[in-house]
Amino acid sequence: MKTYDIVIIGGGPAGLAAAVGAKNSGCDSILILERDKELGGILNQCIHNGFGLHTFKEELTGPEYAARYIEKVQQLQIQYLLNTMVVEISPDKVITAMNGKEGLMEISAKAVILAMGCRERPRGALNIPGYRPAGIYSAGTAQRLVNMEGYLPGREIVILGSGDIGLIMARRMTLEGAKVKVVAELMPYCGGLKRNIVQCLEDYNIPLKLSHTVVNIHGKERVEGVTLAQVDENLHPIKETEEYIPCDTLLLSVGLIPENELSLEMGNEMGKVTNGPIVDESLETNIEGVFACGNVLHVHDLVDFVSSEAETAGKNAALYVNGRKAKEKMHLIPIHHEEGVRYTVPAHIHPENMEEKLTIRFRVGEVYKNAFIVVYFDEQQVFKKKRSFMAPGEMEEIILRKEQLLDFPQLEKIRVRIEKE
Amino acid sequence: MYDVIIIGAGVSGTACARELSRLDLKILVLEKEEDVCCGTSKANSGIVHAGYDAVSGSLMAQLNVRGNELMEEWAKELDFPFKRTGSLVVCRREEDMPLLWELKERGEKNGVKGLEIIEEKELKEMEENLSCEVIAALYAPTAGIVCPFGMNIAMAENAYTNGVEFQFDTLVTKIEKIEKGYRIDTEKGSFKTKYVVNAAGVYADIFHNMVSEKKIEITPRKGEYCLLDKKAGNHVNKVIFSLPGKLGKGILVTPTVHGNLLLGPTAADIEEKEGINTTEEGLKEIREKAGLNVKNLPLGQVITSFAGLRAHEKGHEFIIKEAEDAKGFIDCAGIESPGLTSAPAIGELVAKMIKEGLNPKENKKFEGRRKGILFPHKLTKEERKQLIKEHPEYGNIICRCEMISQGEILDAIHRPLGAKSLDGIKRRVRAGFGRCQGGFCTPKIMEILATEYGTEENTITKMGKESILIMGRNKDQL
Amino acid sequence: MEKRELTCIVCPMGCQMEVEIQEDNRILVFNNTCPRGEAYAKKEVTHPTRVVTTSVPIKGKNKGQVPCKTKKEVPKEKIFDVVKQLKRVSVELPVFMGDIIVENIAETGVDVVATCTVKEEKES
Repeated sequence: MKTYDIVIIGGGPAGLAAAVGAKNSGCDSILILERDKELGGILNQCIHNGFGLHTFKEELTGPEYAARYIEKVQQLQIQYLLNTMVVEISPDKVITAMNGKEGLMEISAKAVILAMGCRERPRGALNIPGYRPAGIYSAGTAQRLVNMEGYLPGREIVILGSGDIGLIMARRMTLEGAKVKVVAELMPYCGGLKRNIVQCLEDYNIPLKLSHTVVNIHGKERVEGVTLAQVDENLHPIKETEEYIPCDTLLLSVGLIPENELSLEMGNEMGKVTNGPIVDESLETNIEGVFACGNVLHVHDLVDFVSSEAETAGKNAALYVNGRKAKEKMHLIPIHHEEGVRYTVPAHIHPENMEEKLTIRFRVGEVYKNAFIVVYFDEQQVFKKKRSFMAPGEMEEIILRKEQLLDFPQLEKIRVRIEKE
Repeated sequence: MYDVIIIGAGVSGTACARELSRLDLKILVLEKEEDVCCGTSKANSGIVHAGYDAVSGSLMAQLNVRGNELMEEWAKELDFPFKRTGSLVVCRREEDMPLLWELKERGEKNGVKGLEIIEEKELKEMEENLSCEVIAALYAPTAGIVCPFGMNIAMAENAYTNGVEFQFDTLVTKIEKIEKGYRIDTEKGSFKTKYVVNAAGVYADIFHNMVSEKKIEITPRKGEYCLLDKKAGNHVNKVIFSLPGKLGKGILVTPTVHGNLLLGPTAADIEEKEGINTTEEGLKEIREKAGLNVKNLPLGQVITSFAGLRAHEKGHEFIIKEAEDAKGFIDCAGIESPGLTSAPAIGELVAKMIKEGLNPKENKKFEGRRKGILFPHKLTKEERKQLIKEHPEYGNIICRCEMISQGEILDAIHRPLGAKSLDGIKRRVRAGFGRCQGGFCTPKIMEILATEYGTEENTITKMGKESILIMGRNKDQL
Repeated sequence: MEKRELTCIVCPMGCQMEVEIQEDNRILVFNNTCPRGEAYAKKEVTHPTRVVTTSVPIKGKNKGQVPCKTKKEVPKEKIFDVVKQLKRVSVELPVFMGDIIVENIAETGVDVVATCTVKEEKES
């Protein structure tokens, strides 16, 4: 059986940055397993620009951003296998994988980094009634067909959900000659980034209907139209507002789910809101030596944050392999997400094992204007930051300092909450 | 001239085809869709009923019990997934207990073996997620679950390899009595035959009424379902029924042979014979009622919902006989639940009728065994290694959710009566059936289909006819 | 005086800015949090520009695309001229990231460049 210090599951932005982080922290025995035919993951089909403002201080397209990390991986001579599907990871870190060339193989690792990314929520999860004809695609599937293969899945499009991929695809389909009739969003706020509303919808006069949803799909063989309706405050469709919109295609951009089948099978504890593994300050899961980063951990808006998170995971995996201090005896403090905060990553921390600064990322549950992010150590307020605008579609972060935490040796919990003025 | 033309390639039609292929006959199956298993047979509960529901002495009762008996042997011979899980009809109210006993008595009269009334404590041990309100249940150990696609496809393949012809995308427009038989007009020409088997599901009344003055009426009775992720597949381990009501057996909760959890069906009589749309009310009803008998249902894990039409005849009895005033015209009409269970017995019965009529010889080349598609996950690691070494396409995973490789997909395309569309692939190997519902694998499967059929991807369909997936090329209309 | 509301798209913050265009054509920007926002707002109300990203087919191949972009921003009203001109373009392999695909597209003075290296036919 082949043995590596670190095996990284997934060669997308998270896996690539994790590999770079691990290598730069002194680990030489690294293997990336990628199921697709090239490295870069979903970035390869994200041919729009807007990537890398934080990491490289310039605006890159998806393939360009990926190329920067692929180049690093190649320069650092990190090994990778393409077209290789991981079938199983055992709790003692034996990975079963396969491809057409090498067949079924088993690889043993000292540390594993989970970087499998996420997938799109399908129609079934939404219980949209109606027929099941051709012409219903998730936005990502349409993105692949258009951007990688040059095929137009349809000509008259309705998009349900205002996630970023949906917004991006509204512009892409328009530029390729399709007519995007409307983007409907169930919630009273947009699910994607503001810049995408401006650049993808407003630029092309595509209407965005908030508090609207598709209540029926028509057409037996190919989509012929959808019925759109406004929803009330309980998100129930209002019958009188129903409107028939003829179209040949319905694109769904209704959320992303971390791809955690492997993590679950190997016994990782999962967060109920994130659907990703619960991790500590090292981005280590409940299984020692198993780390997680990127969209498999929680769905990000910006690849830049995926990269920085993944580099941290890589670095910590390298520290683990090179014999870091055992954590069992360290003080573990839970981070409670309260009032308005849906979750935090990490979900608990060992201050002793922390670096000087630790970024805590989270999402809020609704739209806030002029509200405060407040952090309490037990009952004592230690941090308060005003934010003029916060929305569920945009990830927030705070920074915890080690020195501050060490001042509270008896600390039982850290609380993060949103407070209004 | 054909000896037999069967209209419809659903479970009834293909069961008849398979049983008739034991005889030295010239047989043709006409199907209006592009594949087998496209109507009622593709959207149902996938239950092998024990046989306590049907009125004692009815044909329905007789064929249910016989079909249940045959299922194991057929599943083995034809290599399709079947599990005898047992079923529970649960009772939540003391005053309904007599109904449960009545059901048991009827079952015993029908010849169902092993029926038992089980009370609270033992019941909870048997099925831990039953609702706390459940006080007792009728346990039927002979009930089970089957893959309706797998069964339908297996019967069709076996009939085909034993010489039965199939013609798809062929809608029957007219049937006329001629001397010594019938002439069947279709969109693709006319065919003459001595016998007609009318296995047209919800359309069976239309064909029957073309040749007979004794009119029948088939009402499409819609049933909606929700399918849950495999993570929820172990929530129950038996088929959980409510006490039967007016419109049928109520909303059931069952594991599927592939490890998902299935909820449904609703029951609503409709007019349109192609009305397989799900409805807001239907999906709501499932969510509300499925939880009555089973607690903590993980409704957040629904991956898809669908609707099917049962071919309901007002007498709620199978009509399987030669039409009184149309000799040589055999109906398989009103085949609603337990139609799937009864299919092997229906095949037997119809074959017997035609055998008596035509007195044919045996088909000496008949081979009753059929080897299904090879699923590598059923192999040991060593066997799988060897398989990939010999056939590298089995190492190339196409559907990530169900872990289906290119090897299985190629097999689905190239085997007898192979898949031609996305849904055809899905029904044969489950690619696209998983939690992402084809999000990742759709473009890849389209490419494989296009390559194997030597065509372009813009001709590939979801399910034949006008269900094309690609409408043009980038910028072609700019 | 003309007033306009703009969502800043320079970074993901998405500041809601107010822009006033004075009688003397002076432009005042409010509610921006950084100088880049102000610059964007001024440009957006006078001559808005965008980077256009799309993809072009590979010469002689039935499928497979090479992604590309305008190397710099082009006037917003030229976006469709850019894609329309690209309708008639296909590229020969190999293509390297940064290779010019079309010079001075739609008379904008901006080149369209490949955003990905494609060496052989990309099978999907």
